[in-house]
Amino acid sequence: MNRASSSNNGQPAISIQGIRKRYGRLEALKGIDLDIRQGEFFGLLGPNGAGKSTLISTIAGLVRPDSGSVAVLGHDTVRDYRTARRNIGVVPQELVYDPFFSVEEVIRNQAGYFGVRPEQAWLDELLKALELDDKRDSNMRQLSGGMKRRVLIAQALAHRPPIAILDEPTAGVDVELRQSLWTFAQRLNREGMTVVLTTHYLEEAEELCDRIAIIHHGEVQALDTKDALLNRDTRRSLEVVLEDPDAELPESVAPFLVERDGANVRLQFNKDEHSPVALLNRLQEAGVVVTDLQTRSPSLEDIFLDLTGEQLAPEEVK
Amino acid sequence: MTFNTIGFYTLLKKEVMRFWKVGVQTVFSPMITTLLYLLIFSYVLEDRVNVYPGVGYTEFLVPGLMMMSIIQNAFANSSSSLIQSKVTGNVIFILLPPLSTLEFYLAFVLAAAIRGVLVGISVYIVALFFVDLSLNHLGAILLFAFLASSVMGAFGVIAGIWAEKFDQIAAFTNFFVVPLSFLSGVFYSINDLPAFWRGVSHLNPFFYMIDGFRAGFIGHSDVSMAFSFSFVLGFLAILSLLALWLLHTGYKMRS
Repeated sequence: MNRASSSNNGQPAISIQGIRKRYGRLEALKGIDLDIRQGEFFGLLGPNGAGKSTLISTIAGLVRPDSGSVAVLGHDTVRDYRTARRNIGVVPQELVYDPFFSVEEVIRNQAGYFGVRPEQAWLDELLKALELDDKRDSNMRQLSGGMKRRVLIAQALAHRPPIAILDEPTAGVDVELRQSLWTFAQRLNREGMTVVLTTHYLEEAEELCDRIAIIHHGEVQALDTKDALLNRDTRRSLEVVLEDPDAELPESVAPFLVERDGANVRLQFNKDEHSPVALLNRLQEAGVVVTDLQTRSPSLEDIFLDLTGEQLAPEEVK
Repeated sequence: MTFNTIGFYTLLKKEVMRFWKVGVQTVFSPMITTLLYLLIFSYVLEDRVNVYPGVGYTEFLVPGLMMMSIIQNAFANSSSSLIQSKVTGNVIFILLPPLSTLEFYLAFVLAAAIRGVLVGISVYIVALFFVDLSLNHLGAILLFAFLASSVMGAFGVIAGIWAEKFDQIAAFTNFFVVPLSFLSGVFYSINDLPAFWRGVSHLNPFFYMIDGFRAGFIGHSDVSMAFSFSFVLGFLAILSLLALWLLHTGYKMRS
């Protein structure tokens, strides 16, 4: 996919400085500072109500912050809003559509609003990539929810922006569509597009993002690469299955015991101080026979829990 | 300051297509409604009312009905488009792009003016089957049609920005636009009213739209055409400034 980019070398794709926004008594954003680099796949992770969408809307100019500033490729979103907005394509969270027009018409219109007359080749490519080519003349009302979601993505990309902001693009979509949207977003990113993804699906952030900002109660709680975030937590688990469910664990292992259910034993240790091999050796030295084992590193969910003290709702953790 | 010409034109075209795609509802129906007024009032009053010497009642009535249609439909266009977009959420598609306040405003007002004038023309064409209409001053007719529909397009933008529900727009229409257009001299000359009501009518901006427009056809008016023109132009300027200010501040559009 050839994309017309207006990237300014060295500039962050998006630079957010001291953004604050209050709605009545609720302080939705409490002074967010964040730089998103050009070409990266950036994740904004947080539960519902964390402030992700308010932040996205601020970048897009839909929300006016009480203080602070946002620049897109060096262009201030207030003073130089035309250039700033031309450089972003936003896929809104809500499944909104214009019921008066066909798929092709809404995409053409969207490009036109940005001051661009879309070339037919680009339009065809977009429709094909999003598997919408046989629906181009269908009225928006006739489309399924998944199709409408894809049209929203096509609309956001119609003017060929160098930055795409996807606000919970996979919320409420089936597994198949989610997978195809992931593939499409990864393709855009590989071709040089900066992709900003907000999500409350931990799996999504873990799978796709180079760097992740965890937002909670309107604040950035953590900002790092996915690997660095995961490595912050030095806890590791060793889960073993014992041959004898009644076997007594040696004293040297007991301090690491977290959970035991008969033959199933879960031990937890600090990876900087101990190794799973050492723990297994201690069991072996005490004559405890292990028939199966598994080690586990902390997931993004564990990191999230540690940072925010909150767990995402079970149905949200996919 | 640059002008996003393609963006403006696209939004204007989209707004025109929005009403054109449902033309039966937005152009044909108002024309039929107006035709009914014409048939009933002209049948009942043609031989009983003589407003100006040498001008039949039907000839007097038609320009008033045309302007009433223009006023009501221009308002309906911009107000319903905005409230529909806000309620369904698709207003985001026109808030995200780099469209300036002026481009946004002009596109909505011009689309409203186009619909208003289209309905006016359709009423005129049908009326020709019933009455011979003189065109005393075509320039004045076109000017007042454009100015009045722009005023109502601007008023519709303001109502669309302010309203949060469809029934608030309906209230605007039913308690403001329709009564003021009915009481503005569409069916009578305000010179036939008692002094008090004549004075009240002079405060009604719709009166000047209709009086000036009608003068373009029949060559008679209750007040001078120049005064009507100035009044309508001034009213358009005030409403435009208010609409532009609301759009600039993002009132009820950007939080």
